[in-house]
Amino acid sequence: MSRTVLEMNDITMQFGGVVAVNSFSMHVDQGEIVSLIGPNGAGKTTAFNVITGVYPPTNGNVFFNGEKIIENHPRGKMKKLYAGTGNGKYTEHLEPTPDMITKLGIARTFQNIRLWKSQSVFDNVLIAKHLRRTSNVFSATFRLNAAEEKRQREETAELLNILGLYDVRDNNCTSLPYGLQRRLEIARALATNPSLLLLDEPAAGMNPQETIDLTDFVGKIRDDFKLTVCMIEHHMDLVMNISDRIYVLNFGALISKGTPAEVQADPAVISAYLGEDE
Amino acid sequence: MEKEKKKDLIFSLAVIAFVFVAVVVLENILPRTSMLFTVLKKGSIYALVAVSMNLLNGFTGLFSLGQAGFMLLGAYTYAVFTIPVSQRAAVYQYFDGGIIQFSLPVFVAIILAGLVAAFFAYLIGLPVLKLKSDYLAIATLGFAEIIRALFQWDKLGGLTNGSNLLRRFPVFKSSVFPLAVSGICIAVIVMLINSTYGRAFKAIRDDEVAAEAMGINLAHHKRMAFTISSFFAGISGALLAMFQTTVQAAQFKSAMTYEILLIVVIGGIGSVSGSVISSFLFIACSEWWLRFLDNADTYIGAFHVPLLRPGFRKVVFSVVIMAIVLLYQRGIMGDSEISVAGIRKKLAARKAAAAEKKVSK
Ligand SMILES: Nc1ncnc2c1ncn2[C@@H]1O[C@H](COP(=O)(O)OP(=O)(O)OP(=O)(O)O)[C@@H](O)[C@H]1O
Ligand SMILES: [Mg+2]
Repeated sequence: MSRTVLEMNDITMQFGGVVAVNSFSMHVDQGEIVSLIGPNGAGKTTAFNVITGVYPPTNGNVFFNGEKIIENHPRGKMKKLYAGTGNGKYTEHLEPTPDMITKLGIARTFQNIRLWKSQSVFDNVLIAKHLRRTSNVFSATFRLNAAEEKRQREETAELLNILGLYDVRDNNCTSLPYGLQRRLEIARALATNPSLLLLDEPAAGMNPQETIDLTDFVGKIRDDFKLTVCMIEHHMDLVMNISDRIYVLNFGALISKGTPAEVQADPAVISAYLGEDE
Repeated sequence: MEKEKKKDLIFSLAVIAFVFVAVVVLENILPRTSMLFTVLKKGSIYALVAVSMNLLNGFTGLFSLGQAGFMLLGAYTYAVFTIPVSQRAAVYQYFDGGIIQFSLPVFVAIILAGLVAAFFAYLIGLPVLKLKSDYLAIATLGFAEIIRALFQWDKLGGLTNGSNLLRRFPVFKSSVFPLAVSGICIAVIVMLINSTYGRAFKAIRDDEVAAEAMGINLAHHKRMAFTISSFFAGISGALLAMFQTTVQAAQFKSAMTYEILLIVVIGGIGSVSGSVISSFLFIACSEWWLRFLDNADTYIGAFHVPLLRPGFRKVVFSVVIMAIVLLYQRGIMGDSEISVAGIRKKLAARKAAAAEKKVSK
């Protein structure tokens, strides 16, 4: 049995009356590629936002490598509004900010690309190395950290090489074609030295060939960087090819889970996707 | 690569040395009262505070308007701690000679001026920096106004001399002093901007959500930028005190912050060299080059030039500023910099292009 890397228990995320994620539990094991699928507005991105500390969940908790990193229960206004199950089961408040989560080893990409627009390709990756610094602002300003700076630049160059972005390293990141921008976001996430990588629709906007390339690519970085991957995706070919397991959300709730074959055969999934020809 | 870097450094140092020699020579040739020196002194002080504001507004994306408040803190700290003990009875005549009965060396006091401003920034940073854009601007502006009122309060007179002037503290005579102090401070800010922390600041400016997701602690880094920016604003306040030879809280109005903001905008938000250039231009225009417009008795031959009268300078100056803002919407420099390495690269590129032309012929 392999070790569980990520575990979410009864996660509910409510925005006022909107229940974006409803008592959703899932786990991801070491080295797996797990996909999160579901129609538009199903709550997939919101689930990622909870894991990465963007929103404290309304209820539930999250474990990472066996350690509890996030927990909350309905409070204040949410106490009356709360629509999920599992009320009263969780008692702690653990609300880390996103940077703390990233420090622990969870890195993500964004559905709507969020690169640092004024920066070069190289600097986009280099900046993501900032969190592993040992220098303080004084030593960094007066270049007492030259060795570390050099090492960070070398690591950045190496990473760009592996991801095939080295030749465009000096270009402004916004000058890259869409597919490469998504790849750069992955490079940037990898620069934070994660053990768990969360990809939010990495193939969105890509043509079929780029999508096929991406399939190989995700498998490759999983092996090369000894990663565990959790991915939100709409391209069913990609999802079915690459995933070890799949969770299906609809209106915030889990409607199916299992291997690609099991999920594909599940009538609940078929009906949720009915009319959607992806 | 390394060799070129060394060459650039030597060249930059040579340019700096030349500027200082030139200033010293000019000070010996031109009369002391020449407006050139006013421009050099005030311009370098404004350059420092403009760059410190740019560090916050241009490089970290925090729209803060507290600059005058932090300059006030710096100016007062410097003045209060450097007035010679023998002069205190005369300066603090309404407050029994004040409560402080010692004085610090000039350089210690200048650094202390920065530290006091930084300390206040650190204190208010945590609550204030949680606010977004406009609200942050209003909160910092409010802070500056409160500080200004507080320093005029009679109950604090033993320290601040209430609403009376502070004077008789050590000042500089030569323009070399403010140029050197501002130059060193700006160099440190540039080094900070080019360090890993400066890169993190730019990431926060470009996309806060992504910066946080990549492990950059927003609260910590914003507070750091705010504190450092205020440190240098405090130092420029100390220099301003020395330039003016007197200090009074009433001078540090929000209009002063707007002036600095204008300099930053005209120079280019996110460009250090832009802020420096625009500071000197701004001061030169407002203090020197447009002075003739204030002279009501200007004749060209027998023709009495109309419109000219005291205050007309300000009208023309406003028009010039509007024209610049309309023509250069991103400031004189945009967000690019003038640097020796940049000029060398440009020259090399031009040479290469010329060589190519020759070959193709
Ligand atoms: N910050 C927020 N405030 C209010 N409602 C929100 C917020 N974030 C998400 N929602 C709502 O939560 C629901 C789920 O959104 P989410 O972005 O998680 O969907 P998704 O599964 O990622 O969909 P898509 O495939 O379109 O990306 C939507 O109804 C959305 O409007
Ligand atoms: Mg989404």
